[in-house]
Amino acid sequence: MTNDNFDLKKEIAILEEDCLRPTRTFGRSTQIWVGALLVVIGWGLYCFIHQLSHGLGVTAMRDYVSWGLYISTFVFFIGISHSGTLVSAILRITKQEWRRPITRSAELLTFVSLCFGGIQPIIDLGRPDRIANLVIFGRLQSPLIWDIISICTYFAGSTVFLFLPMIPDMALCRDRLTVVDSRFKRFKKWLYTFMAIGWTGTKSQWHRLEKTMNIMTIVIIPVAVSVHTVVSYIFAMTLRPGWDSTVFGPYFVAGALYSGSACVILGMAAFRKLYHLEKYITPRHFDLIGRVVLALTLIYAYLNLNEYWIPAYKMATAEGHLLSDLFYGSYSKVFWTCQFGTVLLPILIMSFPKGRKIGPLVVTCIIIAAGAWVKRYLIVVPTLLHPFMPIQEVPAAWSSYFPNYVEFSVTAACLAGIFLVITLFSKIFPMMAVWEVAEGIELDHDKKVAIEIREERVITDETELARIATLKNGQVTPTASLNETL
Amino acid sequence: MQEDNKKENKNDRRDFLKKGLLGGSVLAAGAIGLNRVFAGEKVKVVSPDGKVYEASADNLKEFHPKPVTNDEARKGIAGKKFVMVIDESKCDGCKKCTEACQAMHFTESDREWMKVFTMKDSDATAPYFFPKPCFHCDNPPCTKVCPVNATFKRQDGIVLIDNERCIGCRMCMAACPYSTRFFNWSHPDPKQTAAIGDAPYSPESSYPRRMGTVEKCDFCPDMLRQGKMPACVSSCPMDAIYFGDQNEDAVTNASGVTVKLGQLLEDNAGYRHMEELGTEPRVYYLPPKNRKYPIPDVKNAEKGKKSKKMPGMDNGAMQM
Repeated sequence: MTNDNFDLKKEIAILEEDCLRPTRTFGRSTQIWVGALLVVIGWGLYCFIHQLSHGLGVTAMRDYVSWGLYISTFVFFIGISHSGTLVSAILRITKQEWRRPITRSAELLTFVSLCFGGIQPIIDLGRPDRIANLVIFGRLQSPLIWDIISICTYFAGSTVFLFLPMIPDMALCRDRLTVVDSRFKRFKKWLYTFMAIGWTGTKSQWHRLEKTMNIMTIVIIPVAVSVHTVVSYIFAMTLRPGWDSTVFGPYFVAGALYSGSACVILGMAAFRKLYHLEKYITPRHFDLIGRVVLALTLIYAYLNLNEYWIPAYKMATAEGHLLSDLFYGSYSKVFWTCQFGTVLLPILIMSFPKGRKIGPLVVTCIIIAAGAWVKRYLIVVPTLLHPFMPIQEVPAAWSSYFPNYVEFSVTAACLAGIFLVITLFSKIFPMMAVWEVAEGIELDHDKKVAIEIREERVITDETELARIATLKNGQVTPTASLNETL
Repeated sequence: MQEDNKKENKNDRRDFLKKGLLGGSVLAAGAIGLNRVFAGEKVKVVSPDGKVYEASADNLKEFHPKPVTNDEARKGIAGKKFVMVIDESKCDGCKKCTEACQAMHFTESDREWMKVFTMKDSDATAPYFFPKPCFHCDNPPCTKVCPVNATFKRQDGIVLIDNERCIGCRMCMAACPYSTRFFNWSHPDPKQTAAIGDAPYSPESSYPRRMGTVEKCDFCPDMLRQGKMPACVSSCPMDAIYFGDQNEDAVTNASGVTVKLGQLLEDNAGYRHMEELGTEPRVYYLPPKNRKYPIPDVKNAEKGKKSKKMPGMDNGAMQM
């Protein structure tokens, strides 16, 4: 309040307008984008129906490689879903103030990638029509049931986690619905009112929201860790060389965080550019989350070392055959490109401040995301091609695998589905948690901690100030330096 | 239960008469043992009402006795512990076992439940033939991971699959360290479907097969219920495969020679494949000492070999 150049009310008003603007338009480019996504989804759907009627034989999978692109994609998508937990829960619990503008997009990414990751095993089922058997005859001893329980729990949790901080924003949308929103106005009115569940911003409501958020923040972290741990168990619980590994749980969790956090950066960059949020998502945010990705990539690299160096030192027979195929056999090019190009190179780039500038960081994160996907494939497929029993007396084609057009089309449709849901979501709901960012601006001003320094700061409206002051003024400690936390 | 059986028998008879009259073909009881009948041959068959017919073997169709209930198939045969012993010193790799198995189970042509591998453990050691059925492990990795109890271990030691329950997740295929399981990737071969006819499904016969489900060697429990040997055992011309009941400590080969299981394993240094995995297979092997056949041609092993991968024997050899 000492800074008389700061107009908090104006700031908040600008923020609200910046956040709500994208929800009022559905421009030509958006229409083309959505149309293109729908084409990809339509074609994928056609291929999936083809697969349903003719069986999984229309894919490239056969008896030896009985899991392929679908299961690799399953692991990758579920991995991406760790992004929301990372950014929202871990950064929230460690009171990283800079998280505020990116929590919404991260939580959304979690929600969507869980939706589309979760359906991968169903797409991969030989008899999706018998899916009810999982409930009727479900056996708790099966790692697959652990997966289902864990992913469903995480899905429910992350849906709540996405929804809770949306409530005040929904009320805001409801109250600010203007004539500009002529398109679908009645639908939007109903939707916002419904989702605001009677939010009026009273003190007790804020109190309850905060309390619930605290509980959810703590609960969601172990659930997220359990998800990728049990995803790894569907491999690690077998005796196969390459999967029979005690490090698989943490290895998968680290891989999930590494790829998930990279995807958060991609989302940040996209929304910043497309929805003109440059004022809120700044180079500083990229620098900070770049450090997080760097730390996670280092952990992932360390686990990679454990996963490959220990068996490689011993070269036990069956494991040795697999490793020699990875190290200098048919998969060596892809394997080393993954290790050097998508793990060590990103570490090198992100270690330098220049590498954490928006441009290089986005390129690095694209490399990481693609690399993580290919790495999932390298975990699933080569192991299946190196069973204990030699591959004999089968058609020669069965002893190799590369996904065919059906698998690529269906997978592309799922990826397009992720983009579509994110796009539509961002056209209906604000992509930043308005109240959280507002709270940040307020704290920023009060505590004089640098979130982002704005030019004009003049306070005029006392009531608006009071409203924001009720948020949780004083309970949040000043931003800790990220270096300390890391 | 008794009454049910009677009723079913009646229906069977009515079916039999109808088909006999309409089709002019004769259904032979499964008991005749079609494996031993050759095309063109005239055979005498007895109809359920006691009349004797002479018919061309071409017209014979396998008669499917009403299978046991699903509950019964899941329990298994009381008091038995089935066990198989395969003598590598006798196996000459003729694959008669594979063929008999394929005929018995109407398997697709690309599928060998009983597969004869050509093995060579290392450069210096001699190659040998290695017929491999499902090991029906006592600590089965496959049944452990099944999410819906579609594959299960029975009291008689047999591991079966219920393809009416299987959801086709293929977790069991990933879990089986012996690559024993096969998946029905597409609709079953129409030829085989026609040959199976309207036989009712049972986990004990493993057919009619269904798209999107897993299948594997089942130790022919439908034959065992009739007091007969699995197809691979009775078809082996080298008497290399023994089958029997561990509880009785007796195993029998195709020639009907019954020996003591314990003695057989002890005298010939019997072992189980990859004992270190702890799966406790119910199939024992006798090492290929003093072979009764020439040394196998290792080139056989190259058939399903990857074209551009792994130099030398890597894929042809057993990876122990």
